[in-house]
Amino acid sequence: MHRYIPNTDGDALAMMDAIGIISMDELFRNIPDNLKLSADLKLDPGLSEPEIEQRMKELGGNNRSVNDLVCFLGAGAYDHYIPSVIKHLAKRSEFYTAYTPYQPEISQGTLQVIFEYQTMICGLTGMDVSNASLYDGATACAEAAIMAADSTRRSTILVSKTVDPETRRVLENYMHFRNIEIKEIPMSEGVTDPEALNTLIGTDSAAVIVQSPNFFGIIEDLTEIERITHDNKSLLISSVDPISLAVLKKPAEYGVDIAVGDAQALGNNLNYGGPYLGFMAVTSKLMRKMPGRIVGQSLDADGRRAFVLTLQAREQHIRRYKATSNICSNQNLNSLIASIYMVTLGKKGLMEAAYQCTEKAHYAANRLTASGKYKLAFKQPFFKEFALIGPADADLINKELIKDNILGGYNLNRDYGIQNGVLLCVTEKRTRYEIDRLAALMEVLS
Amino acid sequence: MKKYDKLIFEISRKGRCAFSLPESDVPRVPLEDLIPSHLLTKEEVDLPEVSEVDVVRHYTLLSNKNYGVDTGFYPLGSCTMKYNPKINEDMSSLDCFANLHPYQPEDTVQGALALMYELDNMLSEISGMTRVSLQPAAGAHGEMTGLMIIKAYHENRGDTKRTKIIVPDSAHGTNPASAAVVGFDIIEVKSAKDGTVDMQSLKEALSDEVAGLMLTNPNTLGLFEKNIKEIANLVHEAGGLLYYDGANMNAIMGIARPGDMGFDVIHYNLHKTFSTPHGGGGPGSGPVGVKEHLVEFLPVPIVEKSGDRYFLDYEKPLSIGKVKSFYGHFGIMIRAYTYILAMGAAGLREASQKAVLNANYMMIRLKDHYKLPIEEVCMHEFVLGGLKEETNGVITLDIAKRLLDYGYHPPTIYFPLIVHEAMMIEPTETESRETLDEFIEALIKIAKEAKDDPNMLKEAPHNTPVRRIDEALAARSPILKWQKE
Amino acid sequence: MVTMEGLYYSEDHEWVRVDGSRATIGITDYAQHALGKIVYVELPEMDEYYKAGDVFCVVESVKAASDSFAPVSGKVIEINEELEDSPQLLNEGPYENWITVIEMDDPTELENLMDEDAYKVFCEKEE
Repeated sequence: MHRYIPNTDGDALAMMDAIGIISMDELFRNIPDNLKLSADLKLDPGLSEPEIEQRMKELGGNNRSVNDLVCFLGAGAYDHYIPSVIKHLAKRSEFYTAYTPYQPEISQGTLQVIFEYQTMICGLTGMDVSNASLYDGATACAEAAIMAADSTRRSTILVSKTVDPETRRVLENYMHFRNIEIKEIPMSEGVTDPEALNTLIGTDSAAVIVQSPNFFGIIEDLTEIERITHDNKSLLISSVDPISLAVLKKPAEYGVDIAVGDAQALGNNLNYGGPYLGFMAVTSKLMRKMPGRIVGQSLDADGRRAFVLTLQAREQHIRRYKATSNICSNQNLNSLIASIYMVTLGKKGLMEAAYQCTEKAHYAANRLTASGKYKLAFKQPFFKEFALIGPADADLINKELIKDNILGGYNLNRDYGIQNGVLLCVTEKRTRYEIDRLAALMEVLS
Repeated sequence: MKKYDKLIFEISRKGRCAFSLPESDVPRVPLEDLIPSHLLTKEEVDLPEVSEVDVVRHYTLLSNKNYGVDTGFYPLGSCTMKYNPKINEDMSSLDCFANLHPYQPEDTVQGALALMYELDNMLSEISGMTRVSLQPAAGAHGEMTGLMIIKAYHENRGDTKRTKIIVPDSAHGTNPASAAVVGFDIIEVKSAKDGTVDMQSLKEALSDEVAGLMLTNPNTLGLFEKNIKEIANLVHEAGGLLYYDGANMNAIMGIARPGDMGFDVIHYNLHKTFSTPHGGGGPGSGPVGVKEHLVEFLPVPIVEKSGDRYFLDYEKPLSIGKVKSFYGHFGIMIRAYTYILAMGAAGLREASQKAVLNANYMMIRLKDHYKLPIEEVCMHEFVLGGLKEETNGVITLDIAKRLLDYGYHPPTIYFPLIVHEAMMIEPTETESRETLDEFIEALIKIAKEAKDDPNMLKEAPHNTPVRRIDEALAARSPILKWQKE
Repeated sequence: MVTMEGLYYSEDHEWVRVDGSRATIGITDYAQHALGKIVYVELPEMDEYYKAGDVFCVVESVKAASDSFAPVSGKVIEINEELEDSPQLLNEGPYENWITVIEMDDPTELENLMDEDAYKVFCEKEE
């Protein structure tokens, strides 16, 4: 008798009696005997709760969290401060033990949260319409590319080399199986090269994908790229850091058609890579081509405002193989967290967080480059991350830093072949003391 | 309790705030001195201004308008809405798991890697597969990944004309949609009346252009596919592979294994079978398991062990690549791992047995009042076809809506498509006999109401936070965000 | 179910009204009834050429999406833009409200369509 299973052997006997069987085996009579397992699965015996806690703490003891370490690592996943209210509210089981809101009368909580999330994502990006979220920033970008190819009826995607390499790997994979060709737009001085784009773009280009702040943390000016893209009747897809949008020019201000990105930074734990959430917001023209769930406002039988999943004719359960995407979930708990984060920080808080990221990152860059031992890899405006070139490989430097409980930056030799290059991230959580200590330690390494 | 009907934007008041950050301790420099002004936004960010207590009350009151497994019985067919143990949540929130950066040096995340490695082993054992990739984010994503593996397998053999996937017409909508995402053409084959594969149709559909067959077993009617071995042989002889949609794994844990039935690829739904929460729509997790001949095509990275050390292995030249960022939904893996630790082999087997027992018990007790299209012992779920006799034009939708008034989440309705007025009921093993009895009584009472007071049913629900919602209005003139009046 | 005299009907439940080489196309009462409340019509593009059997339009209801196949070949010369804001017109008056006008390039294709009586019989079989 397991504690998660209420029916006792006595209950089972009474129920079998009602069914008219005498042995549990009769319920499984349609499974051919030669397919039935003859022995127990090779798993450890079930554990009690104290034993589980013990076992998990032992396992966890072999991890070091970003609360043990001082984190200067970003590259797509960010250590921002998470307000206390988030865990209290997101852990309400009325939210997390509910299913998808297919019965709207008893799901107004989830539905209204999504409606508010969509509103705030539109507020941040300036776009017309947002969906209820996708798996992560990388898959959101891939879905955007598919959507662009479908709506332009073209089959080549141009993607800038400054887009997160992890995103590009996922994109490549999705496009390969969809028979969509990918071309890489080269970079120059750490930003997308508009001249190269001008040469590459053609009548078969469905979309141009850029990222700003890009993988190096550099803020790209999309003015010229937008002109080239739209002159060619292609769509412009921009991947953005939602926190940066409190201060930086919004995708809509540049004339972007599809804004995507990962919103982990909005109050979600790092979770060793997931679950995060991808957001997607588009112009109203593309509304009906958008993948994923969308919540709309309507009225109930008594004329009260009520929310409901809408525009469902796009989705797999109706369109089957003609659907805009096969997705049938959203990252609902993560978008709940992102919503609570945006509401809690609000207008002033998000601007302050973005401002502090910017100034602390610039302070750190100044400190680290003061002696000349490290220099900035690119002389470009940046947000909360910056690329340095130092005296040694980043892995070697990081090995030393971890001894002092510092989690160093991302090795840029890995994807870009930038020798001794490292990408450092400084969020609002870092203090002047921590930055000074990082600078002092890195200064004495060789 | 007070009826709450405000949006967060409507309680926003200028100047209020709920955030607290320390003052910056680096010298404050005007933003324009750090970033050229043409890159800065001209508009203030459009977010509400509320106090902390406003935030807490707002979300608490919204949560009260939801219905979860913790609120009550949730017999949603094909979704396996079992109880979500609280220890799972605690373990996934531990600092040593929740606050790890995906690019941390491997030496600092050995516990996380060990957990993934062991979970791979556990899931392989439960399904009878060789290896499992934990990367896919959800069931549909797992399907897509599995189909990519099938495509890569054929392409690697130079067998490039296999461009078609066979999907039964009783399948979940994601099956054909996922096949399309991977660039396959779809052949839909008709099912027999009981939802099982029609052998003749299958034989006709098979050819050297078929890459594989997608199947769930037990099928969407809750019946075990007796001919599975024969089906597997037919598909394999035709050079195709067999894909197992793991939606219905909760029926067979510790009893039979897809791997032994002849399946080559399987995806799990950790949020169904392994008790991780559905979250109001996600995040889920859809690990993909494969047999030996497909291991080299799994997404990278995969966790490997060398001596006592765990590491992320990217050196897989035939891998399909990546299907999402990083390594999958680690936070969900922790919950599933905790659940398997709690259950053990005997617990998992008992879970499947009791899930099947609960379903058969309900089926027997309801069949005098509701149409039962197939009289056969069911697995973990069963499908009814509306009221036993047509009564005053009452349809399945009305019955479902009336159940809301009785305090229940209704079953899945109008799926599978092959049963008219379908109601698909999956009680799961975590419900007691008393709960089942109460729900059965409610359904019997509703059948009576259909005779006595049909209009009341057609207007149900009556006691929910809102009544039936005009879906056509929402779709005709979409309002998808709040706007200032 | 309502049908109208003098129209051609397709097996996909479209009607065609012929005026010289102009073919005005809509969906039948049977079709609108089967779909339920229509919420969106994805109209064909002006000047686009469709071969008979091509998908030229998608009609969406809350719970379904139905492709409409061009009953005859030709170029789109008119679209009913009123449907963009009021898709429910197809529910309210399926024969008064049309979707598109196509300039036919092969009127003999009309021979593949049904007349009113044949269509009635066809619908009875569909039931």
